[in-house]
Amino acid sequence: MSGFSNIATFKHGVHPEEFKSFTDKLAIERMPFVEDYILPLGQHIGAPSVPLVKKGQSVKRGQMIANAGGFVSVALHSPVDGKVQAIELAETLTGKMVQSIKIKTDPYSSQLLSSSNPGDYRNMELDEFIKSVQSSGLVGLGGAAFPAHVKFKIPEDKSCKIMILNGCECEPFLTSDHRVMAEYPEDLINGAKILNHFVKAEKIYIGIESNKPDAIAILNKKLENESDWIEVVPLEVKYPQGAEKMLVTAILNKEVPSGKLPLDVEVLVSNVSSIAALSQWFETGKPLIERVVTITGNAIKRPANMMVPIGTSMREVVNYCGGLNTENYRMLLGGPMMGMVQRTLDIPIVKGTSGLLLLTEDNVSTMDEYSCIRCGRCVEACPMFLNPSVLGMQAKKGLWEDMKDNYVMDCFECGSCSFVCPSHIPLVQSFRVAKGILREQKAKKALNNKGNE
Amino acid sequence: MSKQRKAIISTSPFLHDKATTPTIMMEVVYTLIPLVALSYYFFGLGALLVVVASILGCMVTEYVFSSGEKWKKLKDGSALITGILLGLCLPPGFPLWMAFLGGIVSIGMGKLIWGGLGQNVFNPALVGRAFLQAAFPAAITTWNAPTFGSGWFSLNGTNAALPFLQAENVDAMTSATPLSKMKFDHDFGSATDQALGIISGSLGETAGVLILLLGIYMIWRKIIHWRIPVAILSTVILFSGLFWLINPTIYPDPIFMLFTGGLMLGTMYMATDLVTSPITPKGQWIYGVGIAILVVTIRLWGGLPEGVMYAILIMNAVTPLVNKFTKIKPYGYK
Repeated sequence: MSGFSNIATFKHGVHPEEFKSFTDKLAIERMPFVEDYILPLGQHIGAPSVPLVKKGQSVKRGQMIANAGGFVSVALHSPVDGKVQAIELAETLTGKMVQSIKIKTDPYSSQLLSSSNPGDYRNMELDEFIKSVQSSGLVGLGGAAFPAHVKFKIPEDKSCKIMILNGCECEPFLTSDHRVMAEYPEDLINGAKILNHFVKAEKIYIGIESNKPDAIAILNKKLENESDWIEVVPLEVKYPQGAEKMLVTAILNKEVPSGKLPLDVEVLVSNVSSIAALSQWFETGKPLIERVVTITGNAIKRPANMMVPIGTSMREVVNYCGGLNTENYRMLLGGPMMGMVQRTLDIPIVKGTSGLLLLTEDNVSTMDEYSCIRCGRCVEACPMFLNPSVLGMQAKKGLWEDMKDNYVMDCFECGSCSFVCPSHIPLVQSFRVAKGILREQKAKKALNNKGNE
Repeated sequence: MSKQRKAIISTSPFLHDKATTPTIMMEVVYTLIPLVALSYYFFGLGALLVVVASILGCMVTEYVFSSGEKWKKLKDGSALITGILLGLCLPPGFPLWMAFLGGIVSIGMGKLIWGGLGQNVFNPALVGRAFLQAAFPAAITTWNAPTFGSGWFSLNGTNAALPFLQAENVDAMTSATPLSKMKFDHDFGSATDQALGIISGSLGETAGVLILLLGIYMIWRKIIHWRIPVAILSTVILFSGLFWLINPTIYPDPIFMLFTGGLMLGTMYMATDLVTSPITPKGQWIYGVGIAILVVTIRLWGGLPEGVMYAILIMNAVTPLVNKFTKIKPYGYK
């Protein structure tokens, strides 16, 4: 039920406290340059980038230092003028050690952007455009870091009628997309124009939750005379509205079939910050060397929205924000609903980092677990219309196959079930495990079949 | 030993809704307090003691037979609810030792042998009630007439009977319940009296309007599923209304059906028991309609004057099956 308001939204979902007031009124500031940068070669989904530079080599700010390692891969650029210190393993956000380019900043440089020249998109063929986007290093900035050009390249047997720009930012605490929309509305609109030159959608919707009235007002004002091809759609504040499938349903009242992409119902969804970055690439030749990150939470002294060069250590960012209030904090990358816990501040900000959340212990629930009382709150919360109660009981017994029959693979791990569960049963947490085991089993089976052939 | 910090390893989500199982249970307990108070006013001290005795029976059993952290089990509040509900469906003059025994059976046979909270198929309070009905058919059908505030300190009838001795029913004013009058004398009584609870009956049966309001409050607070009470009450009205229209001299009117016997208490507090009712929306409709049809059928044509208890227990038994056959269609499979 969409409640009593007639404002668009999807069915089910939850209403966590928003916590956006820490930063939603704060203008984007610029993180100063620091001494060292670490640029992992695998910041995106897909093949890692291939280094183009050698140890000891001087690089310019904006210079490509690694090339795409395949079609599903993007280029990487230096965020500063400096010197390559090493190309070696470094820890990243998953705790995994990844080949990374380490750059020492040149302290005497003016750090002016040495911009690339992507050329005029109006004279480009689709393939040239796709290549150009790939070389700008652009990925989805909403968090998944999926290479943008792969998404923009519409397969020949498919078409795109509607484009949705995702400005929901439904995760509590995060305000980076909000600030980008409020401060770079021209970039967003221009980016949409550029992308639509190739995608050729009939209509573009910018979906924004109604807790960002300033962004909605600013964009509406800029679009006063262009409402025929692009339109702002205010949405009810509800989690997980920013999930692609939910957003398609909220705006178009269409369902994306299981296992398919929005493109299968002729819709392309893209995050607003990515579209603004696309415009900056074609207008100024600035590749993706920095992004807006929300640094927030009760444990940070001075919450902020910050334009941070990719590769800056989280510790430097935290220090610049006045440091921490407490020793007992918990750090997350991304929002509190789907974000990833970090064990150390000594890892770099990467392209997919939308928020750096520093929570005090009382923000983090560690409550006793009770038995499932079948209250059905999870059933009414699940945006995919699964039955987390049943799945949770099956997970406790390790009935992975039964979970598959109950559609656990359709779970996209938004965590709404765990959020509402009054018995504090780790529902989504166990579904992640189940999905991992099922994927592994499938891979093993495939491997065995191959061996038998 | 040096001070150690405990590392808590967990994954997202890190936010949590405020409602927890103990707070939900306690909220149900709060709504039951006015009911207990009202039955104290209507039936005197004996009524209160019956409730206390069955609560004690439930809590003691939960504590003694629970494994693991015993106090934590009590803290979830579910045994307290079972105790109050069992007490509320007993007659005010009920021997206290029987109420205590009923509490033991409710928790022991109704919940713990199934595996504890969340695992039982039948509503524990009704299991206790069914046991008492089978074991002490005379005591459980001896209804005292309300005393309206004149019994603050006096016991009712056989409250103080000693275990296993048949106490004499000395000074109680007994009176038949409206449902037995309807069944056996075709006397429908006054609807206002019934709605306000100025009738004889078990403790919590006699305040239909108050229970209805409490039920609406719980629906508003999302403690109970709205579909179940809506399904039960509307089906009872339609189904019994049909027969009333056919022959109003034999069949009672729907309002009588709603406000007599245990229908309101059963609908709002027992049929909506989260553990023993279906979790799927469609299942909740089926369950509610099923209960209503059984209640009306038993009341109009069965051998007993009242059918709410058996109707709910029967539908409890079908709940796992209903859940199985009313699977929700996930997003993206339309």
